[in-house]
Amino acid sequence: MIEALQYGFMRNALAAGVLVSIACGIIGTYVVINRIVFLSGGIAHTAYGGIGLGYLLGINPVIGAIAFSLISALGMGIVHRRTKERSDTIIGIMWAVGMALGIIFLDLSPGYKADLMSYLFGSILAVASSDLIIMFILNIIIVTIVVLFYRELQAISFDETFAFVVNVPVDRLYLLLIAMVALTVVMTMRIVGLIMVIALLTIPPAIAGLFVKDMKRMMLFSSLLSILFTFIGLMLSYFLNLTSGATIILVAGISYFISFFIRKITST
Amino acid sequence: MMEKENTMLDPVIEIRNVWAQYDGCTVLEAIDLAVYPTDFIGLIGPNGGGKTTLLKIILGLIKPSRGLVHVNGHPVEAGRCQVGYVPQVVEMDRQFPIRVWEVVQMGLLGCRKPFQHITQAERDVVRYALEQVDLAELEDRVIGDLSVGQRQRVYIARALTTSPTILLLDEPTASVDPQVASSIYDMLARLNKTITIIMVSHDMNAVSAYVKTIGCLITRLHYHGSKEITQEMADAMYACPVELIAHGLPHRVLSPHTHERTHTGDHHD
Repeated sequence: MIEALQYGFMRNALAAGVLVSIACGIIGTYVVINRIVFLSGGIAHTAYGGIGLGYLLGINPVIGAIAFSLISALGMGIVHRRTKERSDTIIGIMWAVGMALGIIFLDLSPGYKADLMSYLFGSILAVASSDLIIMFILNIIIVTIVVLFYRELQAISFDETFAFVVNVPVDRLYLLLIAMVALTVVMTMRIVGLIMVIALLTIPPAIAGLFVKDMKRMMLFSSLLSILFTFIGLMLSYFLNLTSGATIILVAGISYFISFFIRKITST
Repeated sequence: MMEKENTMLDPVIEIRNVWAQYDGCTVLEAIDLAVYPTDFIGLIGPNGGGKTTLLKIILGLIKPSRGLVHVNGHPVEAGRCQVGYVPQVVEMDRQFPIRVWEVVQMGLLGCRKPFQHITQAERDVVRYALEQVDLAELEDRVIGDLSVGQRQRVYIARALTTSPTILLLDEPTASVDPQVASSIYDMLARLNKTITIIMVSHDMNAVSAYVKTIGCLITRLHYHGSKEITQEMADAMYACPVELIAHGLPHRVLSPHTHERTHTGDHHD
C-alpha cells in the first residue's frame, strides 16, 4: 500500500477522492432527503452534452460540462418546481436529449477522442493538479453556501409550504441547491464517471441515513464513508487491476447492502 | 347588520370580494370577511367547499382571481409575517433527519435576515413554544418517531415561534384521537386570550364547543359573526350529506357501484 502511494498519480487520486467525497457527502444528503435522485441523474447525463460541446468548440470539456450541467440543472429544477404532474417524464426527456446532443457534437467534432471514456467511466488515476484546484474551489463554494443557508435549506427540504409562508425565498434556494448538485456532479464525474455519479451521490447518504437522524451528522458520516469507499476501491483496483470508478461503486454498493441488513437485524 | 363589541378595532384580516378558481371551476365566490382581534372562528363546510383554499389565499399560497386580502393592514406577503400557519398533518417521510427542536425553530426564519445564528432570546422563544404545547421534554426526538398527535402539536409550536398575532389551522384534529383533540382545543382556547384564531375543521361538535363564531363555506361564505348555525347554513350543509351523515365512512357513500358489483359477485358465487 505504501508502495502504491509513492506514485504521484496515486496521491492525486486520493486527494481527489477526499475532495469529491466532501462535496458528495454534503450535497448527496440533500439529494436523498429531497428525493431528487432522478433529477440528479438527469443532470449527470446531460453533462455529456457539455463534454461533446467542449470537444466541438475545442475548449476544456470540463468547462463545457459545468456550463451544460448548470443550464440543464436550472431547467430541470424549474420543471420540477412548476409542473405538478409528471415532472419526471420531462426530466427523463431532457436527460436523453442532453446525452444525444453530446453524441452528435462528438460526431461533428474532428480528431481522435482518446479520453472520452474517462468522462463516462471516470479516471481518478488521471486527475491533474489543476483539476484538484478546481475541485478545491468548488468545495469551498459548496461548504460556504451550505453553512450560510443551512437552516433555510433544511426548512425548504422539510416543508417548503411552511418555508414559503414565513417568506423564505423557496424558489431561489431550491435552484441554488440544484446548481450545487450540478457542480458536484461535474466534480464526481472525474472520479467515477458520469454514468456512476449518482451512486457516489446517493449510496453514502443512504447508509448514513440508516444510522443517524441528524442532517449535519448525516453529511459528516456520508463524507467519511465516501472517503473510505474511494480509498478502498482505489486500492482494490490498483492491486486487482480493475477499473477504479466501477470498483469504488461496487465497494459502496456492497457496503450499502451489508449496512441495510445490519440495520434490519439490530432494529428487530 | 350585526353589532359586534369589537367593531371599534381595525380588522386583523380583511377579505373583500375574493374569488378563486381551479382549472376553470369557481371554488370561492364573492368572499367578504373581516376578522377582529381575538376572534376564534371555526370554518366548516363540505369537502371542496373551499375551506383550505381560503386559508391558502390568506397565506398567499394561492392568488385569488379577483378581490383583495389584507393581513394586519398589509398585503399578504408582508402581513403573513405575523400569521402562524399550522398545516394539516399528513403522511411524511419518517426517515427525514430532523429533530423536534429543529422543526419548531423554523418559525424563526421568517421576516428575519439570513446568516444569523440563533440568539439566546430566540432559543427562549422556541423553548416557550414547546412548553406551550407540552413537548419540551421531546425536543431532541426525531420528528418521524412521534405520534400524529404529537406531530400536530409540534406544528402548532412551530407556528407559535413566528410570534403570531393570528393562527391559521387546517384540520388540527383530523387524525388524532378524541382525547388528544380536546387537549389541542383547550390549548387553542388558552392561546386565544391574545391570539386571533381561524380554524378549518370537519369536527362540528368540537367546533361549536370551542370557537366563538362559526362560518360555513360552500363556495360562498355564510358568516354572521355569531355561533349560531343558521337555516341558511344548515340548508347549505345538506347539499353535501356525505359530510353530515356518513362522516368517517365517505367511501361507502361515494362508491356504491363498487359495492353493488361485489354484491352481484357474491350472488354468483
